[in-house]
Amino acid sequence: MSVFIARRLLQSIALVLVMSMLVFLGVFAIGDPINTLVHPDATEAERQAIVEHFGLDRPLYEQYGRFLANAARGDLGRSFRFDEPTLSLIAQRVPATLELAFAALLLTVLVGIPLGLYAGLHPDAASSKLILGVSAFGFSVPTFWLGLMMVMVFSVRLGWLPSSGRGATVELLGVPVSFLTWDGLKHMLLPAINLAFFKLSLIIRLARAGTQEVVMSDYVKYARAKGLRPWRIVFVHVLKNVLVPITTVLGLEFGRTIAFAVVTETIFAWPGMGKLVIDSINVLDRPVIVAYLLLIVVMFIAINLVVDILYSVLDPRVDLEAQR
Amino acid sequence: MSAPTLRVEDLSTQFFTKAGLVKAVDGVSFSVEPGEIMGLVGESGSGKSVTGYSVLGLVDEPGRVVGGRILFKGEDLAAKSPEQRRELRGSRIAAVFQDPLMTLNPVLKVETQMVEAIQAHGRVSRAEARRRCVAALGRVGIPAAEERLSAYPHQFSGGMRQRVCIAIALLNRPDLIIADEPTTALDVTIQAQILHEMRSLCSGSGTSLIWISHDLSVVAGLADQIAVMYAGRIVERGPVGELLERPAHPYTRGLIRSVPANSRRGGSLYQIPGMTPSLVGLGEGCAFRERCDRADGACLSTPPEFDVGGGRTHRCFHPYEGRHTND
Ligand SMILES: Nc1ncnc2c1ncn2[C@@H]1O[C@H](COP(=O)(O)OP(=O)(O)OP(=O)(O)O)[C@@H](O)[C@H]1O
Ligand code: SF4
Ligand SMILES: [Mg+2]
Repeated sequence: MSVFIARRLLQSIALVLVMSMLVFLGVFAIGDPINTLVHPDATEAERQAIVEHFGLDRPLYEQYGRFLANAARGDLGRSFRFDEPTLSLIAQRVPATLELAFAALLLTVLVGIPLGLYAGLHPDAASSKLILGVSAFGFSVPTFWLGLMMVMVFSVRLGWLPSSGRGATVELLGVPVSFLTWDGLKHMLLPAINLAFFKLSLIIRLARAGTQEVVMSDYVKYARAKGLRPWRIVFVHVLKNVLVPITTVLGLEFGRTIAFAVVTETIFAWPGMGKLVIDSINVLDRPVIVAYLLLIVVMFIAINLVVDILYSVLDPRVDLEAQR
Repeated sequence: MSAPTLRVEDLSTQFFTKAGLVKAVDGVSFSVEPGEIMGLVGESGSGKSVTGYSVLGLVDEPGRVVGGRILFKGEDLAAKSPEQRRELRGSRIAAVFQDPLMTLNPVLKVETQMVEAIQAHGRVSRAEARRRCVAALGRVGIPAAEERLSAYPHQFSGGMRQRVCIAIALLNRPDLIIADEPTTALDVTIQAQILHEMRSLCSGSGTSLIWISHDLSVVAGLADQIAVMYAGRIVERGPVGELLERPAHPYTRGLIRSVPANSRRGGSLYQIPGMTPSLVGLGEGCAFRERCDRADGACLSTPPEFDVGGGRTHRCFHPYEGRHTND
């Protein structure tokens, strides 16, 4: 296990380096931020001062080198717009995004797995067909369209649920959270559903296909031959095997959930990282974009590692040391 | 006289497939006494497994038991509720299946899979169940049973895995074990060891055993009684010595001739001519007649089961009567 983790860490460092280069290049390609940084009425001298202040006149490799040197010391630069360290700027937004992503994950697991299991156990039932239909819908409908529709129906039309912001928050371990207040929960429901819907559909499909396959297996027939009670066969023998691929997919999807929270956060004005990065892209606030993208890369690497370890725990046949 | 452990009368199990009706088991009768070992032989697709599943109550869609009676210790299983049949399974009637790598759940420890087999049939503490598991593993010759309990199935060799399955079958001291080709996936020496152990385990405990195999030579050395299946029917049945010495049915004769040890030295291995008929929409008549050199007009109707006494039956209009010779 430790050999596996060490090898993984080395690979990760190389990956982060490559990604940082690509991100840096990419961000330079989107445009020159100077025009959004400087007031249109500014004099040429003021303009020059700002360019020098941010080092925008230096060649690209020099800027990149300086960025790397700073990054090695844990400094990912300062935002042009807020003149604050990007890391603390992002850190302020992390709780909101994480909370939303966890809520979506929870919805996916608590709703998707039981529905998929049910549809797999009773493939001919009318309710299973309905479940399948809903998941097909979830696959094909774009996230932003679904979000807008939900806002129109539940907020504008029916007025049941608020359409923007986090609502009332309370501090939990020094971090503001919404899920502990009724108002916060109400604010969270629509964005969480919106963020979860695609994954939910995916998990329903996976759980259903997995269940149908496992139910036909020899070991389930054998479990029945042992006279086990039906609930034990379903919730131990079937579910444990179905969970192996689902856990992997869910883990990887969790990274995507955070990365693609951008759309949902924008629609519902949820003050998370996604909204921050969209705002930063609009004003070409380069350091924030770079820092955000690199953090996402690191997060994906960490999630992949955790998923691999989880996988080996769930499926005892998997040998991590033997992996390359 | 006490009732036989299992008595099957005129059992029929059919599959309603898209391709047509499959009479997988068609009018099968036999009985197994306490402590007796019955070998059920026949080629692939002849309905051996479906017979076993019918007794266990595990015939899956699109199949159904459509006729006949299954009496377990004198009680008609058809009259029992699904819950009562579940209680019998794994407790009074245990099963061992062909491929132990496929039958043990890959993600559960052996301990879990053994303990649950005990706890499904009674309130037993985990510690007590564990103790019984260790004892059962010891009985089938698994060394260091205590430690092996916490291993996963893939950490055992094929032979050891099948011993685990046999230990599971023995856990609740069943009256009947249905073993469906349990040694087919194993190599010959291990197969011989397991056969020997099964025999002594059963005779020691009075457990009846139905041993399903496509290999007559395996069953010949093990069983007290042999039933030969062909295309869903038992074409011949009788005590092992009698049946092997004086096979009445042409198919049984062919099977005996095709066992390697029975072929004349240097001669080529005998093979029954022709192919197994498809069971889909199989019609009237003796299903063996296309391959039988004794077939005539009479064989166009289905032969009934002739009881020739001494526990022997056959389904043939023109049975052999004398001793079998290797000609
Ligand atoms: N689930 C099913 N659906 C349709 N037909 C089936 C099904 N299971 C079995 N059958 C049919 O029943 C017949 C008997 O099958 P069975 O498995 O009992 O044969 P077998 O004698 O055990 O053969 P083998 O030596 O290959 O295990 C086969 O011809 C098969 O076509
Ligand atoms: S009934 Fe006729 S065809 Fe069938 S085995 Fe006997 S002789 Fe052959
Ligand atoms: Mg079979």
